[in-house]
This record gives sequence, C-alpha cells and structure tokens, in this order.
Amino acid sequence: MAIKKVVLNFPPRLIQEPVTYHLVRDYDLQVNIMRALVRPREKGRMVLELTGSQANMDKAFEYLDQAGVQVDALVQELRYNPELCVHCTACTAFCPTGALSVDAETRKIVFDASQCILCESCIPACAYQAIECQF
Amino acid sequence: MTRTIEEINAKIKAGKVVVATAEEVVGLVREKGVKAATEAVDVVTTGTFGPMCSSGVYFNIRQSTPKIKCGGGKVSINGVPAYAGWAAADLLLGCTAVSDEDPRNAVYPGLFSYGGAHVIQDLVQGKVVKIVASTYGTDCYPRKEYTVELGLQDFASAVMFNPRNCYQLYNVAVNLAKRTIYTYMGVLKPGLGNANFATAGELSPLLKDPTLRTIGIGTRIFIGGTEGYVIWPGTQHVAEPQRFDNGLPQSPSATLAVIGDLKRMNPQYLRAASIVGYGASLAIGIGIPIPVLDEQVMAHAAIPDAEITFPIVDYGEAYPLGRPGGLGRVSMAELLSGHIEVDGKRVSTGCLTSRAKAREVAAELKSRIQTGSFTLSRPVAPLPGAELAQGC
Repeated sequence: MAIKKVVLNFPPRLIQEPVTYHLVRDYDLQVNIMRALVRPREKGRMVLELTGSQANMDKAFEYLDQAGVQVDALVQELRYNPELCVHCTACTAFCPTGALSVDAETRKIVFDASQCILCESCIPACAYQAIECQF
Repeated sequence: MTRTIEEINAKIKAGKVVVATAEEVVGLVREKGVKAATEAVDVVTTGTFGPMCSSGVYFNIRQSTPKIKCGGGKVSINGVPAYAGWAAADLLLGCTAVSDEDPRNAVYPGLFSYGGAHVIQDLVQGKVVKIVASTYGTDCYPRKEYTVELGLQDFASAVMFNPRNCYQLYNVAVNLAKRTIYTYMGVLKPGLGNANFATAGELSPLLKDPTLRTIGIGTRIFIGGTEGYVIWPGTQHVAEPQRFDNGLPQSPSATLAVIGDLKRMNPQYLRAASIVGYGASLAIGIGIPIPVLDEQVMAHAAIPDAEITFPIVDYGEAYPLGRPGGLGRVSMAELLSGHIEVDGKRVSTGCLTSRAKAREVAAELKSRIQTGSFTLSRPVAPLPGAELAQGC
C-alpha cells in the first residue's frame, strides 16, 4: 500500500470533470480530500491524500498527467522559515496534526511538512510571518 | 555564606567568577542543595524574549538648515506617527504605533504588518527610514517642512526607553466565549480551544528574584544585545502582592522601566511582532544578572518550572469586562508539556515567550560576565515594596 499527499491543480476547462470519481472508480484509490478550492473559469486546487497499490497509484498519475491536471508535492505549499521564527511556540497549539511541534529539549519549533494538511490555522497565530501558505 | 557585589566584580576582573544560568542552578540545587550551590556560584543569569508592548525609542535628529522645531508639529517615520511634543529635534516612537492609513481592525482581524516596532527593527537591521516633519515656523526655527532619510547611526541619539517590561508572572489566557478572539495573548479559540502563556518560567528575570532583593533602580541589565539599566519601577508595578511561601507572587505584580542604547543593539535580540487582530509589538531579549549574595538569593533563583504557577484567566469575558473569573492555577512544567487541564478539558498550550531565545540571552549574558565585558552594578535604590539584600 502506498500513501501519497498531493496537490492537484485544475485548469479551468477541467473544473467540470469528475477527476476524483475516476481516481476512486478506475484506479481503486482511497481519496481523502483535505482541502479544495474551486474558482469557476479561473482555477481549481485540491489537496488529497491518496491510498492504494503502487501500480494503481502510478496509473492514476499517468491519467492525471494525460488529462492535464498538474500534480505538485504537498511540501511546497506551506513554507516554514526558520530564519524568521523566534520559537515562541504559539503556532503549536493551533496545529491539528502535530506538523508544527516543540522539541522538548531545545524548545525549538520542528516542522514536519509530511504531517501538514494546509489548514492554515497556524498563520494568524504567528506574529513574525514565519509561516507562509502558497495554496 | 554571604558575598557582596564588590567581591563579585573583583572576581569578574580577575577572571575567576563562576556564573550559571537560572536553568543550570535549578539542577545544581536539586543535586547539591542550596548551601553548596551558593558557595559554588557567584552570579545567576536570567533571560526572557517576548513581545513587550510598553516599549519604544526616543530619538534626536541633527538639525536641518534652516532649522526646524518639530515640537508642536507632526512627525512620521516610515509613515508611522511619532510623538513630537518635546523640543525642536526630540521624537518618541512607541512600538505599537501604526500609520494613519493602516486599516487597523476595520478589516477584522487586522494584520498590523507595519508599526513602530517594525521601524525600530528596520533601523537595528541597518535599513534607512524616512522622516517627514511638518510644523509651524518661528523666528528661531523658520523651517516648516522637512523630509530626510536616516540610518540608525545618523541619529544624534536613539535610546530605547520602555516604561513597562519584564512583567513578573503573567496570566495564562483562555477563551470561554463562543467565538475566536484576537488578543495580546494571541489568538484564542472559543470554548477553551487553546491556552496561551507568556513567560520564560525558570529563566524569567523577575521570577528568579521574586522579592527583588538584588534587582533595583540602577541595576545593569542585558537588553537587545547591549547593556542597559533598570531606571524605575515599571508602570503598573504592584509593590505588595500576595505571595506564596516560596516568595513568588500569586498574580501579575512587579514590572521594570528599562533603558538602553538602540545604536548598540543587535537584531538577534529584537524582533517586531504583528499580533493579528491586536496590533504591533516588539519582542525584546532582556537578561538580568542575579548576584548570589546569600543562600536566600540562591534558593529563589533555583525555583524550578514545576513550582512556578500562573493564574488561568478567561479573556473571552472576565478579562475585558474586568470581572474576577479565576479558572485555577497551572505550573510552568504543565504548560511546557503542551497540554493542561481546565474545567476537566484537555487544552493545548502555546507560548508567546521564546524559551529558546531566553536561553540564548541567559547564555550570552553568562559569557559576557565570564569574559569580563559585563560587570554587575549596585542598585542605588530598591523598587517599591522591596528590601535590598545585604551586600547590594
């Protein structure tokens, strides 16, 4: 079983297309929609966690590619800038998944991008603009 | 055993002083006891780093030709209004000031992305700021308009002067209301969604000398990367708070007014904060050395996180309306664990004070004392409600 978090970017012409339906039905993937943004005639974006066999996952990505859906890795979406961070830890109480946590020894912030679901709860909590979201 | 500040300074000069941070003496006292720790350590260094809104800088600008009298006129620095109600060329910029054009909370919650704190940060980071003055002319100061771009070293003086810093003990903020609120204690989610605290705990300067036996008016401190002084009790200083047996106050009490030369500060210890929905503020690194004059000083300096407790206060209703509404107390050790229990509910905690940066401050101050570049000063007078230890 493979698990992968990705961001799908839909060009305007694909917004009417039932892409997630195809991922479930044709490639037997479990699709967990973590976030979605649809602006008709402009763009559509979706953060998905996909679970399924590696072979199906590969085929699904091939389908997405052919359909014209751009697939990005999730890590690029939320940027944590350690240069700007003062390690106050205010953000950690807002992070629902533990992507932002405090190292008990150093009392410094640790950001694990693979746990981030792009909920953006941390952004207003940071007084130093150390977290940016590109979604 | 007892010591005097003179004896400690003689040891600093001789390169024989023993300095430990407040975190280090917690372990030392636990292991060897107060008596042995008192004998072993001459100075304990403390540190904190967090937003302190009652902070600002007064400037003196070199006169233009022809001369201008800013006093009574209007002055802005990078668009942020400065106070000009002094003489011809003295200005004051508070860290929470924002430009007249800033939407503030009209677009709620406001972002406060640029305020007085950001001007101060820009200067310390080596950037140039634009000063615009408009005023009335006089026979001795005929000029009415003046615009100039200055870097920090171009000012005749730039002095950080903070009427209230280093609050001794602060509330743990929660929100019992039904909507998210935006406070100086950060964003608080409804229905006990989170708990925010603002303290360096066992590193915090005034928690390590809770009865102010060694910290008084005239105490030399580390501020923003340079030397400064305690110059007065801070505003809202509570002289005689209710205390626990270990000397710690039960509610927010002592505060300090402090001063330091902005021209010598280091951006590592000074950061502008934009507190969403609340305003701009300035996070400052402050460290205070505590001379180990007797065993009582050491016993206080070694109070651990587990024995420092804070009141939990509802900022949804009780605090803004000035109502009593205590929700119990919680220790620093519990707060640091990431969760506390309030009203039977498990609540995530977040801090506004950086323990990591507080450590950097205490370690830097320790190193400066060890190398002889920072000596201790005797307080010239105690703070209200305090009695200085023998040896001060």
